[in-house]
This record gives sequence, structure tokens and C-alpha cells, in this order.
Amino acid sequence: MKQTFNGIIVGTGGQGQITLLQILAQASQSENLDIKTSELHGLSQKGGQVEVHFRLGKGFFSPLVEEGSADLIIALERQEALRACYYGSKEAKTVFLVNDLSLPIPNQKPFTEEEIKKNLKKFSEKIIFVPATDICQKEFDAGIGAGVYLISLAVFKNLLPLKPASIKKAIKKIVKPKYVNLNLKIFELAREKSKETGF
Amino acid sequence: MQKEILKNKGEKVVLLGNEAIIRGALESGVQFISTYPGTPASEIGNIFYQLFKSKKLAKNVYFEFSTNEKVALETAAGASFCGLRTLMAMKNFGVNVASDFLYPLVYSGVKGGLVIAVADDPSCWSSAQSEDNSRGHVLKAHLPTLEPSTPEECKEFVKLAFKLSEKFKIPVMIRETTRLALQSGLVSLGEIKKGNNKAKFIKNPHRFVTMPPRVLEMHQELLDKIKLIREEIAEKSPLNFIDGRAAKTGIITSSVGYLYAKEALKVLDLDLPILKLGFFYPLPEKKIKNFLKNLNQVLVVEELEPHLENEIERLAKNANPKLKINGKNLLSEVGELKPENIILAVSELTGKKFSDQWRVDLKKHKSNFGKIDLSKRAPRFCPGCPYNLVFSTIKKIAPANTIFGGEIGCYMLAHFPPYQLQDYLYCMGSDISIAHGIKKAIESSTGDTSKQKIIAFVGDSSFFHASIPALINTIFNKSNPLIVIMENGTTAMTGHQPHPGLAGVKIEEIVRACGVKNIKTVDPINIKEFEKVVKNFLGKKEVSVIIAKHPCIFIEKQS
Repeated sequence: MKQTFNGIIVGTGGQGQITLLQILAQASQSENLDIKTSELHGLSQKGGQVEVHFRLGKGFFSPLVEEGSADLIIALERQEALRACYYGSKEAKTVFLVNDLSLPIPNQKPFTEEEIKKNLKKFSEKIIFVPATDICQKEFDAGIGAGVYLISLAVFKNLLPLKPASIKKAIKKIVKPKYVNLNLKIFELAREKSKETGF
Repeated sequence: MQKEILKNKGEKVVLLGNEAIIRGALESGVQFISTYPGTPASEIGNIFYQLFKSKKLAKNVYFEFSTNEKVALETAAGASFCGLRTLMAMKNFGVNVASDFLYPLVYSGVKGGLVIAVADDPSCWSSAQSEDNSRGHVLKAHLPTLEPSTPEECKEFVKLAFKLSEKFKIPVMIRETTRLALQSGLVSLGEIKKGNNKAKFIKNPHRFVTMPPRVLEMHQELLDKIKLIREEIAEKSPLNFIDGRAAKTGIITSSVGYLYAKEALKVLDLDLPILKLGFFYPLPEKKIKNFLKNLNQVLVVEELEPHLENEIERLAKNANPKLKINGKNLLSEVGELKPENIILAVSELTGKKFSDQWRVDLKKHKSNFGKIDLSKRAPRFCPGCPYNLVFSTIKKIAPANTIFGGEIGCYMLAHFPPYQLQDYLYCMGSDISIAHGIKKAIESSTGDTSKQKIIAFVGDSSFFHASIPALINTIFNKSNPLIVIMENGTTAMTGHQPHPGLAGVKIEEIVRACGVKNIKTVDPINIKEFEKVVKNFLGKKEVSVIIAKHPCIFIEKQS
């Protein structure tokens, strides 16, 4: 039985990974779970690839997730899911929750959805693509909300061992006051959509 | 998180390592803080600055961003000489800059506790230039150094460091790495203590004048002091402890290496003794020797150079000459460590494999992901960054054989496509001098005054940090690079900290006072004018300076 939940969030600089970590840390703390995160700042945030880690539960030491041991990998950009693939494995029953957003990589022919899925299948039997940026852009004119949408969806779908109420409380505490309402709406939309989404 | 830092005693909050260092300083009654920004240490300065600006610190607490790390350390020393508890923070490269003053400071010692927080960056996540290891300076300077491994330890170690510093009148370093500085975890808060010292400089030339022959006495006094700290503190300190059960294989480690070692033992379901060292310098030699005595083999888990391993080898020579010492034979000296590296190393030494069904064979797993061909996403300028205009214009009009010089800062991103305008790139302050050297070398060895142009890009914070002596040298020794100072009104790369320009220090006036005749301030948004000035100045026989002045988009947003 695993006591520790291992999570990775990948994307490009500026997609809000650090705020997501803070929300997850806050929510974990409110449920009396131990929590460790590892983030990166500075040069690594300037539009390059950014990979952050979180671990919660009991009985762990390292802030970094080991290769092949992730429970959940959230990719805020779909090609970045490939970069994080090695944290996943079929043995660990890794779930990939992928934002169906493609941001071009210079000098690289973009990977198609099929190519990405084909590669990820070596590391996971559960790969979920969600057009989170499109949904948040269309509903709220705020594509940047994709990350909050995805972690909210993850708790409603039991992909994260946290209670929705804890995430909601954490959003109120962590997000800048003027964006709290927007993010709570995104959270509620994820609740609605989770009922229709069949994964 | 920032707002958690000031919470009350008894609360448990999630903090980054850097934030926990701040809390540790506040719980120690810190009264003076100086820093120069640099990731992964930036939050220490940023948050203190915010707290200072919003008057959330006690009235008798002072904070400053200094012009560079050497200045910040000297400033901190001044405050400490007057009896105040003082914190100075910087990234690894800062130690290089500050080292000229650091070495004699350790000789003379301090008065009010002086804690120096340094963040190294194995794997260079947010560092160009070199994969620095501050431990080298520590050994050379005889600087007492503690290495925490978690945010909780960051806070506690800072408190101990202040006490140690005051008791032995010596600065004490807290060494972090990226995975500690930017690791978050739960921290139990103690009481914030108000420092009530009133600064007073009491003359004592015997202590604070580092001249020969006194300086040799000071050297001896320092070595005696270190011996005393080793024997009275390090040997007895609970910061250096052994956990696990006695066995023939042991592990010696510190910093985040300890967390990975603990994780590895858990994964492999092993109970081996670990000697966890909170003191990197001075090491508790007796404690280490006792630990080594009963082992057949030991694994030293440390990032970058094998400083600890070398010490263990030295100590094992008489404690246990037959001991097999492992470290860099199994773990890379380049790049940060990851937990899986330690799992594999321990597995190799013990022959133990993990038993959990859900774990993967790490070696086999690696072969699967090696096959995906995905290019790296290079960092780039923010959309709307005024630097884009500088680089696109210069790329268009500079002659094809122009040499472009760079430094660390946002403008180093011009190294990447589409600009590719950095032919060399080193530390702050180096760019102008290298250009000068190239010019003089060509001129003196070939007699050719050289048609080849050199354009040296310098950021504004870098200019104040270290470039002024280099600029003066181009006048003193007569060379003619074109220097483009990129004045965006902030220290952008590390998180938009203020610099002297905001206090009214005018770059153009400094440049003029250095003796530069060809000087022009121009907004690169006026492309035509900018082009004209570049073309004109490229033809000059003397050094020329263009100040490309346009605020960083983040500064515009703030105002």
C-alpha cells in the first residue's frame, strides 16, 4: 500500500505552476497531511520548460518524485507531458492529465495528439486529454485558469487524494484577492464538467 | 508562503527553505539585512524588502539591496561590528564576488551575530556561468558552515548560526541548494524576537585592522577558534547525528542528500546507519571516525565536488584503513542528485532490490524514455520586452564579423534564436573588459587597429554591480568597444528588484564622468534614431556608450 502520493506538474514558464503548488500545499496542510514541494524560479521561468514536484501523505523524505513512481502527472501543455513521461509507469498506475494545448517548440515539428498518446502509453494506461485552456478561455476569457481547472477536475475525479472543499478553501487563501472569484468559478465549472466527463 | 512568515508562535505553516531562513532570522532578533538578488536565493531579499517597505518589520530593523554582494557583505560586517545581529544573503556567484572581503572578515571576526545565507544551484536551473560549489570557499576561508536539509531545519539552523556567530565572534554560513531553497514543507513557528541592540562602533584596531604582522596572528587565532568550535560544538552538536541500526554498510551525508538517502533506504526496505552532518565546517572528526570504525564500506552522498568524501578519506586513514569509501565512483560530480541515483547506488552496494510491486526497474525504465526526440524549450524574452528592439536592430545593422559580448541577466537570452548575439558570456562586469582585451590583443600583436567591431551588452543592474572599473579601463588603456547599456529600470531576471538608478543615480553621468566622449541615451522604440546612433558609434576610434533606455514591461505594469 502506498502511503505517499507523488505528483508532477509540467508546462512552460508563466503557466502558474507555483501557484498550483501553493494551493495543493495549503489544501494538504488543512487535511493534516504531510507535504513537500519542489519548485524552480528565475531563469527557468522565462518561457522555458518548468517541472515542479509535490508529494503528500505520510512517510516520505525527498521533495523530488522518483522516476516511474508518479501517481499523477499534470501537463499544462501537451508536448511537455512527453518530457515528464519517465516519472510515470504502468506499475505505479500513473495517470496523465494533459491540457490539450500545443505551444510550439522552436525548430521542432509539433507532436500530434496521436503521437503524444502513443509515446505516453509506454508509461501509463490512463491518459486523459482535457481542453482546459480552451474551456477557461471560452467561459471566462481566462485561458491562464487551465491549471486551477485541471487540479479541480482532478479532485472531483478522485485523481488527487484531497477533498474538493480543501482545494476551494486553499484557492481563497492563496490566489490574489482580485482573482479569487474567477478561480472559484473555474473550480465550480470543473465540478459541473466532472459529472459529464467519463474518466 | 509570504503571508505565513509572520504568523504566531505555535502555528505550523508551509514555507520554502528561503522563507524559513527569514523566519529563523526574525526569531533570532535580526536587526540588519543586506543582499544582492540572485536565484535561488532571491526570495530572502524580496520578502525582507516587502516586509521592510510595508513596515511589517520592527522600526529598528534595516534592510537594503546593495549594489553587489561584496558591498552587501561589507555593509553587513559594518552593522555586525556595531553589535547588531545581521543577515546577509546571496547566490553562489555572489560568494565569488564577496570573497575578497570574506577571507579577512573571517580572520578578524565579528561582534553582533553575522549569518551569511548562500544558495548554490546544482544543475544550474537558474544560473549561467558555472556550476558553482560554495563549499570550496568555505574550506579555503575557514568559514563555519551549516547545511540544513529541510525548511524546518533552515529556520532552526539560522537560529543556531546566530548564537554560534556571537559566541565565537565569527561569521557563519548557512548553505542551501536549489532543492532546499525552493523546497516547501511544514515548519513549526517559534516566537519572533525583537532585537533591541543600539549600534555602537567601539574602536578596536587590534581586531579590525588586518595588517601584517598582526594578520599572521589572526590566521593562527582563526585556526585555534575553528579547533575550539570543532571540539566544543560540532563534536557534541545534535545537528550531527546518527540514525538507523548498526550495520557493515553506512552512509554519510548532509543537505538534501540526507532526504534522498532516507528515501532510498525506505524504498529498498533497508535499515542502515546514516551519519547526517549539519556541520559542513568544521566537521566533527571524532564523531566521523567513530562512525567509520565499525563499517566495511561507506557511501558519501553529496552533490558536486567530493569535498566531504576527501575529508572522509583523510579521516579513515587511521580510523579504519580497510574501509571501502564510495561516493563519486557511484554518484555524478556534475548536476544535482536525484533520489533514484541514491537508490541505485545503495542497491549496488548492498545487493538489495526493492520489494514494492508498483515500483519500476529504474535501469530498464530509462531505456524507454530515451527514445522520444523532443527539443529543449529555450527560455526567451517576455512578449513585449524592449530588449527585443535592441537586439533586432543591432542584428540588422552590425557588420557580419562583429563580436558580441554578454553577461548574466535577461539580455543573455539574446544567445538563443532568433538573435544569437552572444559570442562570449561570463559573469557580471566581465563583458567590457573582455572586449577591451580582445581589442588590445589584436592591436598589439598584429599592428592592426582592427576593423572588426565589438559590441558589449551590459544590463543596468550589472553596470552598477561591477562594470564601472571595466569602463574606466577602456579609457585608461584606450580601446574602442561599443558598449550598449540596457537600462530597463530593474534587476529583471531575478525578480524585478530595485537598483541604484531608482534612487537617482544616473548612468549617463557616470559614463561621462569616466571620460567617455561618445555617449547617447536613446529609447530603442525609436528604431530609426537607435539605428543611426549605433552606425555612428561603430565608426568611432574611442570607446562609445549607448544607453538603450526603456522600462521592463513588468515595471510599466507596476507603475
